[in-house]
Amino acid sequence: MRENNLIGLMIVLAPLSLASVGGATAIYAPLQHEAVELRQWVTPQEFLNYFTIMRFMPGPSSMLGALIGWKLEGFWGVLVATLSLYAPSSLVCFIVARSWSRFAGKPWHTAMQRGLMPVATGLVSAGVWNLFQLSGGSLPYAAMMIGVAIALTISKKLHPTPLLIAGALVFEGLYLVDLL
Amino acid sequence: MTSQNSSPHTKAVSLFELYSCFFWIGMMSFGGGLMPWIQREVVTRRNWLTNEEFLPGMAMSQVLPGVNSTNVAVYVGQHLRGAAGSITALAAILSGPFIMVMIAAVSYEFVLGIKFIQAAAAGVAAAALGMMLTTAISAIRSCGLNIAPICIMIVTFILIGIVHMSLVTVVLIMTPISVLLSWPRTIKASEDKPDA
Repeated sequence: MRENNLIGLMIVLAPLSLASVGGATAIYAPLQHEAVELRQWVTPQEFLNYFTIMRFMPGPSSMLGALIGWKLEGFWGVLVATLSLYAPSSLVCFIVARSWSRFAGKPWHTAMQRGLMPVATGLVSAGVWNLFQLSGGSLPYAAMMIGVAIALTISKKLHPTPLLIAGALVFEGLYLVDLL
Repeated sequence: MTSQNSSPHTKAVSLFELYSCFFWIGMMSFGGGLMPWIQREVVTRRNWLTNEEFLPGMAMSQVLPGVNSTNVAVYVGQHLRGAAGSITALAAILSGPFIMVMIAAVSYEFVLGIKFIQAAAAGVAAAALGMMLTTAISAIRSCGLNIAPICIMIVTFILIGIVHMSLVTVVLIMTPISVLLSWPRTIKASEDKPDA
């Protein structure tokens, strides 16, 4: 039974590793289909709970697969799920990154690098915009976001962790006085 | 006259440093979006890579299969220390979440019920978004004041942020255009002086 579940996790998650182009959101639907409907590893409610937990967890949200692994086989389930989720895509990325760095210094490499920079910049900026809109765009949210950005831009060495903790405390305070 | 993009790190980054850097990134970055953390740690604070070296890796990571943050970890690790660096950075960024996921699995029903925690999570998310804004500002500054990159930046922003086109499509369309537009400057720069 254990072998079956571990192999099952591998069979379901390894292809999703390669299918998750553009982030973890791409794998939710197929993962739900496999884990809830086809294999009935978890109930729909459990899947939804896992989804919510991942918002409060550090790390990529596709670690959701590891929560399913835990339910099936405990530690070994988490280990197999994690490896299946990240090893295949990382191998592809490694091969691309290595080929890329091998050509460093060639004119076309520099041109590619220069060309990718503004595209990447547009991506980050759009990401900020999208997430801000998703958050509902409230005033405390905007103020916190801009305040943190100013602090981090002014001080290059400032560690972000205290700012995140401050963010939690301020919002906690606002919640307590009913302003959130 | 030889290499164009000499990295700022003349001394090698040890695997231990790499591990501890990415371990904390993996551990502290709540609510997804680890990219700003990685940029801040490896470019701004530690000077392991320049924005010129980091940002292309970031764009690639978003187009390649897999999670952006693990891909960037692999990219940065390979840039600094080759295969060993990639494996170290990947293991590091996942080991925190690996432990946390097991803790969550046994305690989530209790934790999710607390309203208190949800407010704190929103505060963390807002601050984390501020960090992403910082990355955007830093990236915009690195792009310089040329017409072509500014236009590419704005069009990319509009296509994703306002038109809501798929990220992969936008990158695949905008990159060739951007590379072509930056070609004359690249040739000029390589003739003028080696370090761009």
